[in-house]
Amino acid sequence: MKTTQILIAGFGGQGILFSGKFLAYKGLLENVEVSWLPSYGPEMRGGTANCNVVLSDTPVGSPIITVPDVLIAMNAPSLQKYVNTVAPGGQIYIDSSLIDVKVERDDVEVFYIPATQMAKDEGIGTLANMIIVGHLLENHPELSFVGTEEVVEKLVPAKKAALKELNMKALNLGKNFNK
Amino acid sequence: MAERILMKGNEAIAEAAIRAGCRHYFGYPITPQTEIAAYMAKKMPKIGGVFLQAESEIASINMVYGAAAAGMRVMTSSSSPGISLKTEGLSYIAGSDVPALVVNVQRGGPGLGGIQPSQSDYFQATKGGGHGDYRMIVLAPASVQEMASLTIKGFDLADKYCVTSMILADGTIGQMMEPITFEDSEIKKYEKPWALTGTECKRPHNIVNSLYLKPDELEKKNFERFEKYKAIEENEAMWEEYMMDDAEISVVAFGIASRVAKNAVVAAREAGIKVGLIRPITLWPFPTEAFAKAADKVKSFISVELSMGQMIEDVRLATECKKPVYLCNRAGGMIPEPSEVLEAIRKAEKGEF
Repeated sequence: MKTTQILIAGFGGQGILFSGKFLAYKGLLENVEVSWLPSYGPEMRGGTANCNVVLSDTPVGSPIITVPDVLIAMNAPSLQKYVNTVAPGGQIYIDSSLIDVKVERDDVEVFYIPATQMAKDEGIGTLANMIIVGHLLENHPELSFVGTEEVVEKLVPAKKAALKELNMKALNLGKNFNK
Repeated sequence: MAERILMKGNEAIAEAAIRAGCRHYFGYPITPQTEIAAYMAKKMPKIGGVFLQAESEIASINMVYGAAAAGMRVMTSSSSPGISLKTEGLSYIAGSDVPALVVNVQRGGPGLGGIQPSQSDYFQATKGGGHGDYRMIVLAPASVQEMASLTIKGFDLADKYCVTSMILADGTIGQMMEPITFEDSEIKKYEKPWALTGTECKRPHNIVNSLYLKPDELEKKNFERFEKYKAIEENEAMWEEYMMDDAEISVVAFGIASRVAKNAVVAAREAGIKVGLIRPITLWPFPTEAFAKAADKVKSFISVELSMGQMIEDVRLATECKKPVYLCNRAGGMIPEPSEVLEAIRKAEKGEF
């Protein structure tokens, strides 16, 4: 049984839920079992937001992630809160433009991506989340980069068509980061 | 095969209700079930249905009462504090023997409580809530797919027995997205000769009422109604058994708690502990048969609940206290971790509870 539990955490407004949705739809496309669980309530209007995505070959048990295989931390409080919950051998993706601390664990793989700065430089201000997701896809062949356009197509509403291209740009920036 | 789509649990309820032929929705917003109302507000006007945001929960449940009396497939939805407000109406609907579907996407209580998931309305749903001798069919979905399938089932059972079906969900299942498929199936039609549809001067008046001032008449009504409840108890109990064949310990959980419990059961099995799970799908009627059978086989039961322990009473009744029933719980919007359930299983195995 192969199960990947992905926890995405940051501020409300950073597209935490959207990036989770992207990964869930990618899983749907790959025909694996999927669950997506958002934090809800007033915290979505600012404050902390997080999103639990489980991808599995077998039916998903609990959708609530307590020991993530992958953590995406988009701000310092989130990293601090979850860094020690990540499973040994897991991965941590850090937006290093917003978080200046280093992870002290040596049993996890850590990716420091200055995503917010990269997004700013490329004029795609709010898409730091998708840069990180792009890099994650590159590291996870089981999810693969193939079909990402289809997912973006599905998630971005028709009246915001311009965003499709920007999302693809962000994903590709992440894909090619550190190459 | 129908296409797999991703949907929130709350949206799945709304879409399933529409597919089941529901064209009347009355509600009042409350977290964490607002997506149901939002979906209905968007869809109902396009298909000739009625979406109405009432001035209060009390108004909305009485609108449900009215539409049900007129023979319509009708529903409302709310979350815990809102359901408390609706209970007077639920009692009147039961006393009038008209069918309705009510959804409770539970949050922590009592009082205004919080907005995080909970299962602490178990007593309210299964033991009454409103006044008088009455029952509701209570269905407990554990996945987004079941949010849909039990909604359709709930409408059918409500029409079949002229009772209220309640979907007892929680904030997690309401808010989460999972793949779901909708199979095209025919909507069952039920004759409703009692409905208030206008006589057209061709038949005597129908009366829908819950007032019986003569005690002998009221008693007769109650006895008749309980014949109906007896038939429901005999025919409609639903449950799932998971790894129960050789189990020595049985975990019992419904809804989101059963998902967490399943993870713990898998982990315990990997550690060589013979444990299984009984998941009630109907909370009323409670699947007594499954428990009576298990009580002769297992050493003990563990009731996993997001409450201070409510279903545990029904487990004890159903097993006639033949075996110990332990509680593993969190409350107030907290959810037990699989590791906490696993720890409870280990304790039960060693007899350390």
